[in-house]
Amino acid sequence: MAERRIELHVSRYRPDRAPTPYVESYEVPYDDDTVVLDALNAIKDETDGSLSFRWSCRMGVCGSCGMMVNGEPRLSCAAFLRDLAPGPVTVAPLRYFPVVRDLVVDMEDFLEKLREVRPWLIREDEARDEPGAHRQTPAQADAYRQFSMCINCMLCYSACPVYGQDPEFIGPAAIALAHRYDMDSRDQGRDERRAVLGRDVGVWACTFVGECSEVCPKNVDPAAAIQRSKLDLAMRGWRAVWPLGRRP
Amino acid sequence: MEISPHDIVIVGGGAAGLRAAIAAVEAAPGSRVALVSKVYPMRSHTVAAEGGSAAVLGADDSLDLHAEDTVRGSDWLADQDSVEAFVAEAPGELVRLERWGCPWSREPDGSIAVRAFGGMSVKRTAFAADKTGFHLLHTLFQTSLRHETIARYDEVFVTRLLVEDGRCRGVAALDVRDGRVRGLAARAVILCTGGAGRIYRSTTNGAINTGDGMALAYRAGVPLKDMEFVQYHPTGLPGSGILMTEAARGEGGYLVNREGQRFLEDYIPEKMELGPRDILSRAVMNEIEQGRALEGPHGPYVQLDLSHLGEETIEQRLPFVRELARDYAGIDPVREPIPVHPVVHYMMGGVDTDAWGRTRLPGLYAAGETACVSINGANRLGSNSLSECLVFGARAGVQAARDAAEAEAPPPSRLAALAEDEGRRLHSTYLEKEGGRERVGLLRRDLQATMEAHVGVFRTGESLEAAARDLRGFKERIGGLSLDDRDSTFNTELTAALELENMLDVAQAVVGAALARCESRGAQARRDHPVRDDVRFARHSLAFAADGGPRIDWSGVPITRWPPAERKY
Repeated sequence: MAERRIELHVSRYRPDRAPTPYVESYEVPYDDDTVVLDALNAIKDETDGSLSFRWSCRMGVCGSCGMMVNGEPRLSCAAFLRDLAPGPVTVAPLRYFPVVRDLVVDMEDFLEKLREVRPWLIREDEARDEPGAHRQTPAQADAYRQFSMCINCMLCYSACPVYGQDPEFIGPAAIALAHRYDMDSRDQGRDERRAVLGRDVGVWACTFVGECSEVCPKNVDPAAAIQRSKLDLAMRGWRAVWPLGRRP
Repeated sequence: MEISPHDIVIVGGGAAGLRAAIAAVEAAPGSRVALVSKVYPMRSHTVAAEGGSAAVLGADDSLDLHAEDTVRGSDWLADQDSVEAFVAEAPGELVRLERWGCPWSREPDGSIAVRAFGGMSVKRTAFAADKTGFHLLHTLFQTSLRHETIARYDEVFVTRLLVEDGRCRGVAALDVRDGRVRGLAARAVILCTGGAGRIYRSTTNGAINTGDGMALAYRAGVPLKDMEFVQYHPTGLPGSGILMTEAARGEGGYLVNREGQRFLEDYIPEKMELGPRDILSRAVMNEIEQGRALEGPHGPYVQLDLSHLGEETIEQRLPFVRELARDYAGIDPVREPIPVHPVVHYMMGGVDTDAWGRTRLPGLYAAGETACVSINGANRLGSNSLSECLVFGARAGVQAARDAAEAEAPPPSRLAALAEDEGRRLHSTYLEKEGGRERVGLLRRDLQATMEAHVGVFRTGESLEAAARDLRGFKERIGGLSLDDRDSTFNTELTAALELENMLDVAQAVVGAALARCESRGAQARRDHPVRDDVRFARHSLAFAADGGPRIDWSGVPITRWPPAERKY
């Protein structure tokens, strides 16, 4: 079979050299197994070592290689060129984040938000806990399992128009992870997290677009986490009117 | 140059590094701990561990049994005193992770569930479905966020240990975001940078597993121990090398050849699919050589058949294997067998440490896959490595905190001079270099091809000599590297070149030790020396950096209760 080739239009941004981004075209060979990440690596190894992007596991679990592929937030290790043929394929940094260089975005904002939602197991009085492992039935584990699958890949932030308009919005992944601990039978920290989630830039900013859940590569469903958190807060009187959020 | 003062600098943010960081701040509250990682901690390769983490949790198990299995698996090259400490502390570590929120899979009564694993004589592998490493890493990372005294340096690449007056006093590191080289002063430095699987072409390891910590220690004069023992995992996807967890066999999966035969009955009938990885990888290679494998676009393979387990078990216990097989092999294991073959997975060897993570260089510690204590000897048992990261990460953190309290503060001005030297080196070697025509990516491919071809499951003196020759050639070629990228901001071609330096040093240590060990033991199978030779080689190899390749020395193996015996299953 003749070698198949496809064109990639890759966003470049090299602040050391030029103040504005530009697009560079590369043509790469591919077969049925080639993903966008492989193509970027072939470019970097063989023709243009200056192209910068993050990656590591190439199996969809480290969360490093999120990019906009043909305008959609995707993990580039899971975006097969065979499905994007005949091309050209546009590859750009994740939307709504400041760009550091080429396909590398600044995600410090998320790391601060993650810490804010207190994503760790909170006990009222650890000193008084019995030693040893907690018991947790399979059903209790199932209650939060889905929300524990977040790989912090940031695709949901790039899909969220609310985050695009208001970067103060705490965002889908951070809320999903807060909910993951809220739903954990071992956790007693829900009140602490309500104080974070209940703010205007917390769950109430969400207008239930639902795109976050659509793009999640791990089927986490942050939209459900947000709606359930809204309901919980409303029941506790954190917000009288539900589910009207702040419109972007 | 400004030098950031710290008490403890931890290099690497995977399971061992995060566990060490938390242990250090708990042992010495208020101490200034820096966690320096070339990637955000949750990207660390711990994330890709699938099957589980071993510890004695059940009433049908005992510490002695876990220790004995580990020693047998190691082909009697594990330090038995360290193994005893390891099995004794592993259960407490898994419970600690549980208390920090790790979503372990559960038995109906709510206790932590365990599954069968290769070389383990009873079920003792705790798991979180088949994403154990992912959950363990995120639990550790999220728990670490509680501790505000842990200062993180994310995307900061350590390029050199700062050694003065015979003591490790900090690190020089490249801030990838702005290209500046900075110095971090410390009373103790702990290396937790994981393995080096990327020196091979076909590996389960992520791109970041380039042996950085091993190379840092090696260049500072600390020997690398038992580097010849490279673990092949018997079941990686051909082509990509993506891991199909041993838990797939722990849950009852079969390995079959082209005739549909469960061929392990010819090799290890008592254990079958639950044999240790070295033996299973050799069995698969032998099936391939005997023409009993299947042939695919990525070469010969055998099949991992899970179809008899049923969709419910696969969904409950092995959902990630199903997802990966579907996405990357186009196969649904509920209906069809998965093509697999042996791929490089883990380095038994590493930085020579004692059971508290101490190296022979005062002020320098190591833990996790980077280190070699050794509890793994010539062959690690599956699911011992996550537990090892926890037990010895914690030990190194505690020990470093204790020692740091007594160590003098390093003189910042002299460290600044050392760090400035390193900054100048990066500029003259790479960023401002003229001439040279070698490409990082192509030299790396050549290195990987050499290791793949000559330092694989089976080796001979001849193949290893060929590898050593190639590596000497690569050492010359690396001097001719020329970067396309001379930018300061997020220059990943520069970090790739620095990684390649590390990979090459580590590869030389592997080959040097493999040549010196004229016997077959565990993961080292020498066709020209097919039997174990306890008289000459019941010892650890030690590779010291020297001109023209490593100098090999040897050290003893502590035996406490399990005298060397024939390794039978």
